[in-house]
Amino acid sequence: MMNRTPPPRTGTIRTDLQLIADMVAPSSRVLDVGCGDGTLLSYLVHFKGVDGRGIELSPEGVSEAVAHGLAVIQGDAESVVADYPSDAFDFVILSQTLPAIYDVRAMLAELLRIGRHAVVSFPNFAYWRLRAQLLVNGRAPDSRILNAPWYATPNIRLVTIADFLALAGQLGVHVERAVLIGRSGRVRRVARPGWFDNLRAEQAVFLISRD
Amino acid sequence: MSSATGGTVRTGVAASPAPPTAGLSGHRTVLGRETPLRLASGANLGTFTVAWQTYGPLNAERSNAVLVCHALTGDQFAAEPHPVTGRPGWWDLAIGPGKPIDTDRYYVICANVLGGCMGTTGPRETDPATGEPYGLTFPVITIGDMVAAQKLLVDALGIERLFCVIGGSMGAMQVLEWASRYPERVFAACVIAGAARHSAQNIAFHEVGRQAIMADPEWCGGEYFRHGKRPARGLAVARMAAHITYLSDRALHRKFGRSLQDRQAVTFGFDADFQVESYLRHQGSTFVERFDANSYLYITRAMDYFDLAQDRGNGVLANAFKGSPVRFCVVSFTSDWLFPTAESRTVVHALNAAAAAVSFVEVETDAGHDAFLLDEPEFFRVLSGFLGGAAELAGLARRPVA
Repeated sequence: MMNRTPPPRTGTIRTDLQLIADMVAPSSRVLDVGCGDGTLLSYLVHFKGVDGRGIELSPEGVSEAVAHGLAVIQGDAESVVADYPSDAFDFVILSQTLPAIYDVRAMLAELLRIGRHAVVSFPNFAYWRLRAQLLVNGRAPDSRILNAPWYATPNIRLVTIADFLALAGQLGVHVERAVLIGRSGRVRRVARPGWFDNLRAEQAVFLISRD
Repeated sequence: MSSATGGTVRTGVAASPAPPTAGLSGHRTVLGRETPLRLASGANLGTFTVAWQTYGPLNAERSNAVLVCHALTGDQFAAEPHPVTGRPGWWDLAIGPGKPIDTDRYYVICANVLGGCMGTTGPRETDPATGEPYGLTFPVITIGDMVAAQKLLVDALGIERLFCVIGGSMGAMQVLEWASRYPERVFAACVIAGAARHSAQNIAFHEVGRQAIMADPEWCGGEYFRHGKRPARGLAVARMAAHITYLSDRALHRKFGRSLQDRQAVTFGFDADFQVESYLRHQGSTFVERFDANSYLYITRAMDYFDLAQDRGNGVLANAFKGSPVRFCVVSFTSDWLFPTAESRTVVHALNAAAAAVSFVEVETDAGHDAFLLDEPEFFRVLSGFLGGAAELAGLARRPVA
């Protein structure tokens, strides 16, 4: 039985999480949808002074996050987001969770109903190495993007940067900013990613808002 | 423990009156002297006593108090040997130095609920107006009344704001009531295996228990104390039925299966052939040693009447928590069918809708409703983590005393 409060975690977080954190205004109200063990949320609470909440499906993740003093709810994000009133948050984060969402359109609409802004990050399925793997080997590419073999992956929506932009256009979502991460962690900020970005970026982080 | 002749429960204490509570150790605070407590029923409760225990030191700022709310058959002896049974306190596993509710850090208060039978005013205590035990003349009380009484105690202790209110089962109902009624007096709230209202199924189980008590001829219309009797059989049966609801099919199977009690074969009679029968009889007979039958009627009734949305939200639970500054932690257990996860989710849903800060964890266990009283490592980890995180936000020092 432990009684100690785990200390705030280190100020260094993964590149993609840092890029998300950079998009979040200090002292804002934040919901992290699919917050895992709360690493990003913890950073935001301790280093940006946000009022942070989280939703996470895995019991282990929730225990870990709550044990770090975070306000996290265990449950399926797709049903839990409906609980929140409109405009409850300044920023709603969907970090690396988009590929696991069943109804992506409904989720994006919900994110921008309960939040003024949403930050969405995902691995880019059109990254050239993945294209090459599929082309050359003819097999489901890179386990990192699926997080498991193809038959067991929670990632059921394999999205590309171009697909995301097209959907945003369809839903009338305003893309405020995009940050792209290349193979070696090289970061590029663009107003609107183009064809070549879709080939070169391994990951993308979008800041979106209602039009 | 089983009778040789048949299936009834032998308690050995059936005819002896309940031990008096006056001799019990612990704190007593007399309240409602100047202003009587206005109960939900409309009745007024004049001078009444609350019996309570504490663990750990109160800090100079009086900011580290944790109020632990006990369940239906619990009492104020949460973390010390029980004065009647001699058994460890009901939440000994959770409360103590270095434990999740760390008494090196927090000042833990646990008070016997209004209507209880361990020193707080209830049906077995003497009505000052008549000089006789209240019995059924005691007014019907609600969870809200219990909490109102606790709040008077907290006032009397000079505690401006409770750092946390914690409780499981009926205790969780009190926690929700506290947070809704007195949000400015509560920093954090831990709602364990609870619900915002008592379900029809749970009311039904309570009714079975009450009928068992009232069907016992020794109950004497609630006036058994006048006749030197106790409805021990009825109360034991009530406890046996209730005890089944605290466990789970899997836990019962794991513990007992179809194992026989001290015998090789079934006896083709109604003796306790099976271990599970023997276990339940034991639960019944030990319970009646420490509990008052009329108290059981009153407290089960209070739970039945609990409906926070109706009482405090005009039918909408979120309204009961509008703008709440309280930080909530809601915990449920997968195998709890008495207060199932869906009930906790309803609470979480409402707290989200009210934009309150809430954590929710469903702990995987086969122990049923009773899981909150047991050593469940994941639950304890969440509990201590939640308290630790909240303590940091509340600005509590790591150790209030050097």
